[in-house]
Amino acid sequence: MSLLSALARMEAAACGRARPVATVRHRHLATNPLVLVPLTTAGENGAPLGVMLGTDRSAPEVFTVPQPRDRDLRFAFLGRLAEAMLPHLESCQDEVELVERKETDPETGKRVTVEAELCADAPQVLVPTGPGVDFVRLLGRSMRFRRTAEEDPGAEHPAPPRVPLLGRWLTHYGERARVPGSSLLLSMTGLLSRHWATGQSQLEDQHLGALLAWLAPPDGLGGAEAALRAELGRDARGQLLVPPAGPATDPAFDNELLAPAIARYDKGVPGAAQEVHELVASQLRPTWEAMWQGVDLLRALPEAAHVPDRWRRDRQSYTHHRDRLRAAEPPQPRRDDAVTAARKLAMREQRQAELDAQEALDDPLVMAVRRLAGEAFLAEVLEVEMAYSDGKRPSPRPLVTVHTQDVPLLSDGDKLHRQLPTGAQQRAELVEMAGPGEYVLRLVGGMGRGKEPAPGTVPEKGDLMCWTLFEHAPRGGPGLPEPEETPWTHGGPPGEPSAERPDPVTAEDVL
Amino acid sequence: MTSSSLPKQTPPQGTAPADRQATVQRLAELRGGPDVPQRPLDARALAALAANPGCRRRALLDGAGVDKSAVAHALGSPAPFGQSQFALVRGNAFEAAVKADGGEVLLALLCEHTGAARPDPAEVTVPQLTADGPAGRAFRTRQALIEADGGRWTLLDHPLLALEVAGSTAYLEPDALAVHPDGTVSIIEIKSFPILDGSADPVKVGAAARQAAVYALALEGLRTVRESALLVCPKDFSNLPTGGLLQLRKQIAATRRQLRRLTRLEEIAAELPEGVHFAPDQEPAALTAAVESVPAAYAPECLSTCELAFHCRDRARSAGDVVALGRSVRGELGGLTTVDEVLAAASGDPDNAAAKDPAAATLRRAAALRAEALAAAEPATAPGPEAR
Repeated sequence: MSLLSALARMEAAACGRARPVATVRHRHLATNPLVLVPLTTAGENGAPLGVMLGTDRSAPEVFTVPQPRDRDLRFAFLGRLAEAMLPHLESCQDEVELVERKETDPETGKRVTVEAELCADAPQVLVPTGPGVDFVRLLGRSMRFRRTAEEDPGAEHPAPPRVPLLGRWLTHYGERARVPGSSLLLSMTGLLSRHWATGQSQLEDQHLGALLAWLAPPDGLGGAEAALRAELGRDARGQLLVPPAGPATDPAFDNELLAPAIARYDKGVPGAAQEVHELVASQLRPTWEAMWQGVDLLRALPEAAHVPDRWRRDRQSYTHHRDRLRAAEPPQPRRDDAVTAARKLAMREQRQAELDAQEALDDPLVMAVRRLAGEAFLAEVLEVEMAYSDGKRPSPRPLVTVHTQDVPLLSDGDKLHRQLPTGAQQRAELVEMAGPGEYVLRLVGGMGRGKEPAPGTVPEKGDLMCWTLFEHAPRGGPGLPEPEETPWTHGGPPGEPSAERPDPVTAEDVL
Repeated sequence: MTSSSLPKQTPPQGTAPADRQATVQRLAELRGGPDVPQRPLDARALAALAANPGCRRRALLDGAGVDKSAVAHALGSPAPFGQSQFALVRGNAFEAAVKADGGEVLLALLCEHTGAARPDPAEVTVPQLTADGPAGRAFRTRQALIEADGGRWTLLDHPLLALEVAGSTAYLEPDALAVHPDGTVSIIEIKSFPILDGSADPVKVGAAARQAAVYALALEGLRTVRESALLVCPKDFSNLPTGGLLQLRKQIAATRRQLRRLTRLEEIAAELPEGVHFAPDQEPAALTAAVESVPAAYAPECLSTCELAFHCRDRARSAGDVVALGRSVRGELGGLTTVDEVLAAASGDPDNAAAKDPAAATLRRAAALRAEALAAAEPATAPGPEAR
């Protein structure tokens, strides 16, 4: 944890409510996000208990499973979930814009410009917690290899028609959520703790109720008391006042309320299915409200400048998945091959570096962290001296003397970067350390192509500028070898992809 | 597969029979009398040991076998741990299914992973281990291990092992042990979390490995323990068992070090005031005082492993301890340990003692940078519409 966020936590602990650690919203927030609150059955793998979902806070849909261990009931539930979620996930497929993209022509090997479709928007899904994101992945894995009656007429337990398709979408969203800065699938606890620090630890911030208690404590309560009430407060029946945000349920709820109701359902007591439904809904409802409270808090923050750039990548990712589905490609494999895995990792590393740089540029509070670490500094221009490079066509290389109160970790020849007011980037080199806090920089780019620098690209005396030691658009490492040159350490060339088999249907599945 | 003998455990000091008897008696007093049963060192206590080996309060209460859950309840900060009966039923059903046919499935999985030939079920010895009380069961287990025939497989179902932890005997119950025909022992752990597409939750696998490592330590001196334990879990979304080998070498070394570093219980107990004990049915004030008389080292990680964590958190917060905000917070704070000290140092008040700490200059700088950035962005950052 950086010292600045530690300090923010201490301020929060001292004043009893959350303190900001960001001044702008660093993640995309859709106009109509799909809020999804899932619950799972304890001890079972991929046996959902119920879900509350929707894009309208006043009209959530609730689906439950009266006996989560019954395969047919589970499939019926997943079928309804598919019918509810797919219209949202597919809602942005058809409205596209055409963009130009460079591609290598497979025949000539030349770089050519091609036109490609890019979906104008992408559907966003919000879940309460980090384990909720994992559960979306798990649901996707449990569904995408199922076979429907149409695909395999002889299947013993065919899945409802659109269940495998939903599995592929959820897998895609779950996978995308691992990319730093992506916003297709986000957890509310992750979103809120990115923007505010509470007076408790990061571990305790995983509890959505406790986190919101610090952000908006009820009247007369401090954050700590309100959070404690959210964590431990129980009613006369021993049930938590704020049920866990899932996907796991509270053991006391399971043992005292849910298990007897399910037992009644098993015995065929009339109305028992409805009873289970209401019990599960009672656990979902408070989290549903908390999700929208979180959305409201986030909407109050202005969007950061680089968010649309990153959202564009999410739209690209969405479009790619749409294209793969339309091309009737098989579902995502159970395990990535070495080539795909290496590409994904390299891409995530690059996105992380990019995210770190962009968040700092967008937000003075994040930049403050980098300034404290000596990776950036705010400087005032003392003097500008025009100079030109040697060579046939001399280019402007002005020398700028600056003074800073910060303590950057600099040595001669270091490259520096700053953002121009137009959003373009300018590079400079450190020429000389003139004195305490005084540096002479040579601007080496971002001044246009002419002999004279473009207006506004060279600072004037008295200007304040923020220089960073890190690049603003970091490039990835060296390129990876072609798939057919995969080294033996990584399993050698992957060869032809073989189709994944469907999950076997075993007698044991009937639990 | 290699199997090697583990270095022998150094004999703990101060365990002459008379001393031992005194310690056992002292620990019984701490529990509240000889009639209060000693709680076994379960998986959660072991996890707590790994998460926070430096906490004396946890060491003493776990070592003495005090029912921490009851103590936490009596203190008014009950632990929210509980097990859903769904998980319990599922776990028990899975274990029963795996062991149903006299352990045939278990041995088949073990042979598959170690490359051994599958034995004929008739040639497997499954000794009877039931006895009265933990000491009796541990004795039967010991006998069975010593007597296991060379050249035959022996499967021990729910054996009981004894291990010396910080001066007291802890009883441990592995799910199963298998003695190979070559005389070595494999530890078998049956868990109900799934192995999905060949991988399982690393946190849960880590906990299982830690548990198995403790069993390996308890088996030292009896038989050579194989370095990899067998983990048996349900496969994917089914109830079919599948297995994987857990490498124990590092876990054994780490656990051995932690156990050895544990401050001896007698030393901690000796610092307690006269007559103090932890029986949950005493006066709440007396119990609170008793618990407070042993120093704790609270960290947020305790919340998931120790029953007393909410009590300790309450104390840490009211004392303004910075560790309550996370262990990583402490990194750059020098000698400053409370929230008030840190904020005083950051405020730049030169009269405050905290301002003389080496970390104060950086803190002042951090606070100035933070204030500058916040001032530039007001009022957009207020948390919620009704905030100041």
